[in-house]
Amino acid sequence: MERPVLTSKKLNAYFGSVHAVKNVNIEISANNILAIMGPSGCGKTTFLRCINRLHELTPGATSNGKILLHDKNIYDMHPVFARLKIGMVFQRPNPFPNLNIFDNVIAGYKLNGLKLNKVNKERIVEDSLTKAALWKEVKDSLHKKGTFLSGGQQQRLCIARAIAMEPEVLLLDEPTSALDPVSTASIEELLHELKKNLTIIVVTHNMQQAARISDRTAFFYMGALIEYDNTKNIFTSPKDTRTQNYITGRFS
Amino acid sequence: MDVRLKYRVVKSKLVQVLIIMLAFTITLPLLLIIIYIFKEGITEINWAFLTQIPKPVGEAGGGIANALAGSLIIVFTASVISVPIGIMGGIYFSENKNCWLSNWGQISVDVLQGVPSIVVGIVIYFWIVKPLGGFSAFSGSIALAIMMLPIIIRSTEETLKLIPSSLKEAGFALGIPYHRVILKIILPCGLSGILSGVLLSIARIAGETAPLLFTAFGNPYFSTDISKPMQSLPLLVFNYATSPYEDWHKLAWGAALILLFTVLLLNIITKLTTKKWNVQF
Amino acid sequence: METGVKKIKKAKLPNRQIRMEVVFRHSLISAGLVVVILVLGIMLSLIWYSIPSMKALGFTFIWGKTWDPVRDIYGAYPFLLGTLLTSFLALLISIPFSFAIAFYLGEYKPRSWLSGFLKNTVELIAAVPSVIYGFWGLIVLVPIVQKIEMKTGILPYGTGIFTASLILAIMIIPFAASLGKEMIRLVPASLKEGAYSLGATRYEVILNVIWPYSKPGLFAGVLLSLGRALGETMAVTMVIGNTSMVPKNIFSPGNTMASVIANEFTEADHTLYLSALIELGLVLFLVTIVINLAGKRIIKRFTNI
Repeated sequence: MERPVLTSKKLNAYFGSVHAVKNVNIEISANNILAIMGPSGCGKTTFLRCINRLHELTPGATSNGKILLHDKNIYDMHPVFARLKIGMVFQRPNPFPNLNIFDNVIAGYKLNGLKLNKVNKERIVEDSLTKAALWKEVKDSLHKKGTFLSGGQQQRLCIARAIAMEPEVLLLDEPTSALDPVSTASIEELLHELKKNLTIIVVTHNMQQAARISDRTAFFYMGALIEYDNTKNIFTSPKDTRTQNYITGRFS
Repeated sequence: MDVRLKYRVVKSKLVQVLIIMLAFTITLPLLLIIIYIFKEGITEINWAFLTQIPKPVGEAGGGIANALAGSLIIVFTASVISVPIGIMGGIYFSENKNCWLSNWGQISVDVLQGVPSIVVGIVIYFWIVKPLGGFSAFSGSIALAIMMLPIIIRSTEETLKLIPSSLKEAGFALGIPYHRVILKIILPCGLSGILSGVLLSIARIAGETAPLLFTAFGNPYFSTDISKPMQSLPLLVFNYATSPYEDWHKLAWGAALILLFTVLLLNIITKLTTKKWNVQF
Repeated sequence: METGVKKIKKAKLPNRQIRMEVVFRHSLISAGLVVVILVLGIMLSLIWYSIPSMKALGFTFIWGKTWDPVRDIYGAYPFLLGTLLTSFLALLISIPFSFAIAFYLGEYKPRSWLSGFLKNTVELIAAVPSVIYGFWGLIVLVPIVQKIEMKTGILPYGTGIFTASLILAIMIIPFAASLGKEMIRLVPASLKEGAYSLGATRYEVILNVIWPYSKPGLFAGVLLSLGRALGETMAVTMVIGNTSMVPKNIFSPGNTMASVIANEFTEADHTLYLSALIELGLVLFLVTIVINLAGKRIIKRFTNI
């Protein structure tokens, strides 16, 4: 097996005294989609936020353990470096309301103070929007505010914004839970395209979605990683009874 | 039974009428003041009034150019000092909750908001006027800056509280450092609220007299040196209004009209800003 | 082409930005500190400079009835009394109006052009500089009061505690009114609807539902306007008559703590005189702090429910 892109080793996360993520070890290899599922409150979102080092921004939140990107522990880096390499898309689309569509896509550069010439700028915007399957819809209205788009379009704009930074890993936190079925389908399709260049981790509470889109699936329960395997194996022959209970709908 | 119901309904109506009458009585003094000042002041205002300095007692004419320039300089200097500190303080309090500094800071802002302006004048007299050896426009600006501070801090804080934290996270997730997330995302989104707070604080201090009594002190001549005493509109209104001379009263009416007009205008602009620059989330 | 962008990313971002971040965080903390230090500084300075007066006068400062700088006698009783009289009289006059505005804007007509007009009026009342109130009071109100006094056979000064209270009452109405409005709006609609559904009239709903519920909030608004009234300087100074005698009744001229300071501070030519004035400032400061913090505390508790 090829070397993993992202590895978490003995990762623990806390909110004050609440132990939200318990000793999670996981290895993720390149150009894969990993789906993380589990009942709400199982720590899957917290785990994702640890990878992007957003967890520590919550007052009272702490974490320990290691997350290796290739061989380097992201907890040894300045968070800004880690986040540049690991993009994130949130549950609710959150385009910057003060910027237009064009500027939203290159917000990562613009707001970081990275100067780009006009050609590069336009190339990045077109590229990212094309990859996010949004280019055709918005190419004539790039100077409208991002908040004028529909929910699904806004979410794709956020994906474009994240991939414009050319991250190595893209994290998505229930990216379709606030969207309608049509938008959901188009985003799922998009993820399939994106995994050619990226490693993707999707948190979802929707089992069908996990089964549809992912190569590997991890099941979290009460903060612990219960089972982690190929998606097919998880859904056809889960080893742990809790996983079995979950996918057969015995609790949610 | 029916009579009793009728009585109750009539009583309810009467109370309503009473409340409406009492409530709208408040418009009366405002109208009276505005009309009176307009009537007395408008005849004074002409080009000479705006460009000349006051004449000594007994001579007709003269203007308030020194007070206009002085007010502008003092208020501008106060804003330059107070706006950055106020906005940064507001950011700090909205970003950090329940830490030592935030808790005491909140109480301090509450206290500062209620400090009588004359007390600020006393303190600045000892902090700045005495060490520097004399009254100065600069010390007046500091006193006014202290009066502005709590207003700016509160409005910044209240505005930033309303900005969804998802925007901040979106910025962090793109690898944008903290100061740029705040300065380039959060502040632009809250611009209208912060701006209206700043304008409101300027409107508030533009008419302040008490803190200037022992600091900027006033000056019958034209001066733009902030290390020297300087005239300001409210000071001029106070000094000339309380003088026994009819000519000076006239000057004071003109100055009062300009002061009133400026302050009311600033308030109206504040309202328009809030509406116009609002960012939709 | 991909590498081009990557290169920029690696080369330019790092250390300077991260250093800026640290600088920024520190400036935020400093700005927060400034406020705390200011308040502490104001309090300590006032205490420090009133020490000579405290030492020399002790408690006679508060109960002494004579204030005579020429003979070096400083009793602040006339000013304490003057301050309390003007403030409470102003409060008494203003409360019916400010509560009426609060109920009108909060309950009767929360949204209509008429209430928009009233709301703006109240805001403008708060915006008019105090020196303008004073000037208008001096020229317009004082003669009117004088006429009334002549008719009723009181010494017709015109200026005095009553006149100052009238002006003050106008000035402080907005504080209690706008806060009261907010508090009345916080009354849950379900409570009101419950009462209406039982057949209560609007007055009965106000009396039995809204009033008990919003009472602490309205009280807090009154406290905050009292704080305003106590510290108000210019308007009062201009119409109160400025005498250091103990006021005999509400029509006699007097002085408040703030107006004495405004009038005499720059004339105070020796340490004890100056120190006594600063002690007045200290008393004023402490009283307004207590009143303001109490008001804010009530509001906080009220809005957290």
